[in-house]
Amino acid sequence: MSKSLVGNYIRKLRFDHNEMTQQQLADKVGVTRQTIVALEKGNYSPSLELAFRISHAFKLPLEEVFFYGENSEER
Amino acid sequence: MKAVSYMTYQEKKSIVSLISSILIFAAYCLYKYPQYPEGVMESKEIFHYWGSFVLVLTLVSIAAHIVISIIFNIFFRMTTGEKEPSFADELDKLIDLKAFRNSFFVFILGFLLAMGSLNFNQPSKVMFIILILSGFLSDVTGSLTRLYHYKKGV
Repeated sequence: MSKSLVGNYIRKLRFDHNEMTQQQLADKVGVTRQTIVALEKGNYSPSLELAFRISHAFKLPLEEVFFYGENSEER
Repeated sequence: MKAVSYMTYQEKKSIVSLISSILIFAAYCLYKYPQYPEGVMESKEIFHYWGSFVLVLTLVSIAAHIVISIIFNIFFRMTTGEKEPSFADELDKLIDLKAFRNSFFVFILGFLLAMGSLNFNQPSKVMFIILILSGFLSDVTGSLTRLYHYKKGV
């Protein structure tokens, strides 16, 4: 199974937000911790709804949490 | 930040489910198959035997899976100090759908083989064995699909 083309900065953003744990983020967006793990590993492209919920949890626009294709701009 | 690699709850559960399916099926077959009414040709007794084989296997599998799942959850809580997920989110549902699709494909293949065996004048015993094996293999396929997707992603 190839890595998802939709990448994200979730791991970094969690740490920038008071070292939020995976479980805390999962509770905020209504998924299991395992789904956050899969997202951070790049093993899963979230639904549009989940992507928006995660962006809202960080109070950031979608494109500052997710990117498509190669991550050319390292945050 | 160093990535921590470990098995998630779902991966562990898929492995437990896979092993328990194999053990339950093997143990049940070892217990039940010697009771096959030998020497009796296509009679009511034979169909009664296969009917009870499938029904009891289904009930035993369901009961054993429930018990094993409860024991696994208790063990998981004790060893990790973490609570098991109480709901299925979009990733779980997607993986379940994929597992169901593969599992269904295997069963239908087995069903067609079983019907084919009747077409080629095989005894009903062959047809029932293929049907039961395809049920078992479809269960194993479902567990393997879940394990694969939880490990490698969707």
